[in-house]
Amino acid sequence: MGLAKRIIPCLDVDNGRVVKGVQFVDIRDAGDPVEVARRYDREGADEITFLDITATSDNRDTIVHVIEQVADEVFIPLTVGGGIRELADISRMLKAGADKVGINSAAIFNPNFVKEAAARFGSQCIVVAIDAKAVNKPNEPKRWEIFTHGGRRPTGIDAIEWAIKMVNFGAGEILLTSMDRDGTKIGFDLELTRAISDAVEVPVIASGGVGTLDHLVEGVTKGKADAVLAASIFHFAEFSIGEAKQHMQNNGIEVRL
Amino acid sequence: MATVAVIDYGMGNIHSIEKALKTASPDTSIIVTADKNTILSADHVVFPGVGAIRDCMLAIHNAGLDETIKQVAKNKPLLGICIGMQALLTHSDENGGVKCLGIIPGNSVKFPSNSKDEHNNKLKIPHMGWNEVIQGNENPLFMDIKQNERFYFVHSYHAEKMNDEHVSATTNYPEPFPCAIKWKNIVAVQFHPEKSQHAGLQLLKNFLNWDGQS
Repeated sequence: MGLAKRIIPCLDVDNGRVVKGVQFVDIRDAGDPVEVARRYDREGADEITFLDITATSDNRDTIVHVIEQVADEVFIPLTVGGGIRELADISRMLKAGADKVGINSAAIFNPNFVKEAAARFGSQCIVVAIDAKAVNKPNEPKRWEIFTHGGRRPTGIDAIEWAIKMVNFGAGEILLTSMDRDGTKIGFDLELTRAISDAVEVPVIASGGVGTLDHLVEGVTKGKADAVLAASIFHFAEFSIGEAKQHMQNNGIEVRL
Repeated sequence: MATVAVIDYGMGNIHSIEKALKTASPDTSIIVTADKNTILSADHVVFPGVGAIRDCMLAIHNAGLDETIKQVAKNKPLLGICIGMQALLTHSDENGGVKCLGIIPGNSVKFPSNSKDEHNNKLKIPHMGWNEVIQGNENPLFMDIKQNERFYFVHSYHAEKMNDEHVSATTNYPEPFPCAIKWKNIVAVQFHPEKSQHAGLQLLKNFLNWDGQS
């Protein structure tokens, strides 16, 4: 027995509400973030991730307030991503009670930002979020590239090389989202997950595509993920976190029950 | 009212620790401070830390708190958490080797690269997540906490094996390392009780109930 594989529910927060869209359209309301976080804590979530998808910086205070409220009563690790662009953003989130921040597009525009952030706050709180999409033609070997703007804009950067670079720059963890799978409920891109997990020494969180509890199991067994992240299957009470963990344990995966 | 000082030298998830202590023990007054006299007059002292050891030692030094911590370590119940635990030891291999406070004899070393678990899967560094805490010697810190309870860890360095009488608990990754130590009136843990839900709150409560003697 040893380190447990983690289940991390993700809350996409827009203007103070939890929302979930299918590939970034068709947004559904899923409740008050503080209420939802409380429920996940009770159900045994190993960590909670908040993704601030509010487009304008005017509303940054909203997510800070959410984190403060959650951190007051939920004593498990909290991660905040979305709109983390400068050291002051990180400092603010950590002060509000976050344990880690997710850096995504700011790392692409300025990779040294990750270096500076890790040097200042420590690698343990720097999660680099990677949105990747398969770009190979059929019959070609698999290849993935980094995309920005919710999967719409290619960057030409190879996903595996990028993950290695980000870890060298000080990322303590990789949050890997398959933009091909996000919101589809057909399961993780297991090949992508495994390729990244094999390539780096730090933990990898698999994200994008979970529709069943078996998908969570596969993410760990076939994808070699250290943690699995999901949103809609938990938000709309299809499954509880407890059921998900029980299912993983029944499939031979070590979890915290 | 009993008081607990949380040493704030600019390197810690102070907010979380403060809230967790408050929840664990609503009747204790929690003071987050870098002030020597306040620290020295508190009943209990918590010494947290996150990040890298060199910055951490530098921040302690710049805050002028080396001697304060050493003084606290002489007679007051003191709880070191994560880097706070490593800072209490003699030396750390991190950042090319850093001299620490030397209050508890011991060294911090890095987890070896390319370790595998029993399923032949690569063990990632940092050691991040919920792992089992195997209690050895009886320790007031673990009262009402079940054997092999999981706590939240995030670290790449850990205290080296030390004399069994000072090791209260170990964790396997894959080899056992001391994750909780007790040295006279000092207890120190590698995991984060403030992030370990019920068990973590219980541990903080136990610490605040401890007189530093038993």
